[in-house]
Amino acid sequence: MRNYIIKRILLFFPVVIGVITLVFLIIHLIPGDPVEMMLGENAQISDKEKLRDDLGLNKPIIDQYLTFMINAFKGDLGMSIHSQKPVFTTILERFPATLELTICAILLAVTISIPLGIIAAYRQYSIFDNGSMFLSLLGISMPNFWLGPLLIILFSIMLGWLPVAGRGGISHIILPSITLGTALSSILSRMTRSSMIDSLKEEYVTTARAKGLSENVVVIKHALSNAMIPIITIVGLQSGALLSGAIITETIFSWPGIGRLTIQAINTRDYPLLQGCILIISLSYVVVNLITDILYAYFDPRIKYE
Amino acid sequence: MNNKSGKWQVASDKIKNKLIFIGGFVILFLILTALFAPLMAPYDPKEQNLYEGLNTPDHKHPFGQDRLGRDILSRVIYGSRISLLVGILVVGISSTIGITIGSISGYIGGKVDEIIMRFCDIVLAFPGILLAIAIMSVLGPSLNNVIIALCAMGWVSYTRLIRAQILSLREREFVVAVDSLGGSSFRIISRHLLPNVISPLIVEATFGMAGTIIAEAGLSFLGLGVQPPNPSWGSMLNEGRQFLLIAPHLTIFPGLAIMITVLGFNFLGDGIRDLMDVKNK
Repeated sequence: MRNYIIKRILLFFPVVIGVITLVFLIIHLIPGDPVEMMLGENAQISDKEKLRDDLGLNKPIIDQYLTFMINAFKGDLGMSIHSQKPVFTTILERFPATLELTICAILLAVTISIPLGIIAAYRQYSIFDNGSMFLSLLGISMPNFWLGPLLIILFSIMLGWLPVAGRGGISHIILPSITLGTALSSILSRMTRSSMIDSLKEEYVTTARAKGLSENVVVIKHALSNAMIPIITIVGLQSGALLSGAIITETIFSWPGIGRLTIQAINTRDYPLLQGCILIISLSYVVVNLITDILYAYFDPRIKYE
Repeated sequence: MNNKSGKWQVASDKIKNKLIFIGGFVILFLILTALFAPLMAPYDPKEQNLYEGLNTPDHKHPFGQDRLGRDILSRVIYGSRISLLVGILVVGISSTIGITIGSISGYIGGKVDEIIMRFCDIVLAFPGILLAIAIMSVLGPSLNNVIIALCAMGWVSYTRLIRAQILSLREREFVVAVDSLGGSSFRIISRHLLPNVISPLIVEATFGMAGTIIAEAGLSFLGLGVQPPNPSWGSMLNEGRQFLLIAPHLTIFPGLAIMITVLGFNFLGDGIRDLMDVKNK
């Protein structure tokens, strides 16, 4: 297992270099002049040249790439054109808000989906099973950019129970968490169900029943504890993916996180900031995936990793 | 107890078959709507009537009117064209790229496979639609660019699927037999390997349609996709956001169209997967 973990960590670095390279290529090599996109077609040539010089775009592309790569490893992502503050600092200021939203969405999803999946598996093919699985399919099919506004219409405008937007107390985070967590909850409940169905058919469950243990102990202690490994993996992998969903959720609820910052960077054509946001979101995702893989190896001694 | 669960299983299978039927019906309806939009839409989707801006649904405009007095029902009907077009093109192009690269990767193996898979890992390091957002922010918003951005993101899942399938098939007797008879690599891949990976490919493509339609709408919602006055469900939701307080109908109907369409593809994908899954049978 130790070899697997070392190999997995070693594989992490080429992916990080690849991500930095791809972000650089997207911004620098895709047809279209970033400077023109930032200042507009009608800007003065001297202004365009000055910005090009400030961003180092006049240097050979290889030089630009190497500078970008070295600086990225140092945590220097350049200066925001709009705020004239270091990009890394700006992102770090916004990161806690995104983290808070993501953690709440995961907690909400886990709390709802795991009991739902367990009951659905235990009562396989029952009305509850079919009903809950239909609801989960509905949850996967409902885009968060529709669910969010619907929740605002119902709970903020019609009932007046919760605030429309912004970050504050618990009341502010409820709607964004539901919006972000619904898809994860749907995926998790389906995963828990299928994992539990497999687990409940295992011989150790029959043995536990034959020993005369109560159904609760059989289901929770014997079946669920073994079904949890794939469930934890999905939680880990999907949690990273929530960072992308946060872009839309934060835009809907004016949540001051890194997702909203990304859209603000696009709207203000602040390319260094945009580059930094995309890089940090993807690298966070890669790190979460790495941690998930290592935890999976740690918790599942049955699997031999070559 | 077995009899009881047996009965429920039969009932559940029937429901699954029904779900495939419902999914198929929704998609057929979507295709017909897109094809015959000019016949089905009661009004021109771009026709403005500023005096009737933000009117709530009534018998003349069942889905109401938007800020510029345009008929929302007509815009939802025409919006199906964009969703379907983007879905078909992105899934078609991405799967073609995926089939080609995945076959090469899986069949040749070795360093070529290693390089392709590491590149896939890098593309997959961008969660959700982040890569598409990054590309759109540089290319600028337009329908063509949406298709390019979503293809740049979408080909990886097909590549990995085809590679995995080819890897599991390439050592089988029928492949070894054709190889020993002197069959070319191209012939082995196209005539013997690919026909065996059609089933999982169809399932992936069905779910891919659902994912692509949501992604296109998501980009348009963020203002990065199809631009007004063209009716796209995502950009209609974006417009509706500004009027949630006074005109929720602007948000409700385009979103409903997205959800029903995506649900249709998910029903179909789920159903096809269950039908093809030997374990379930």
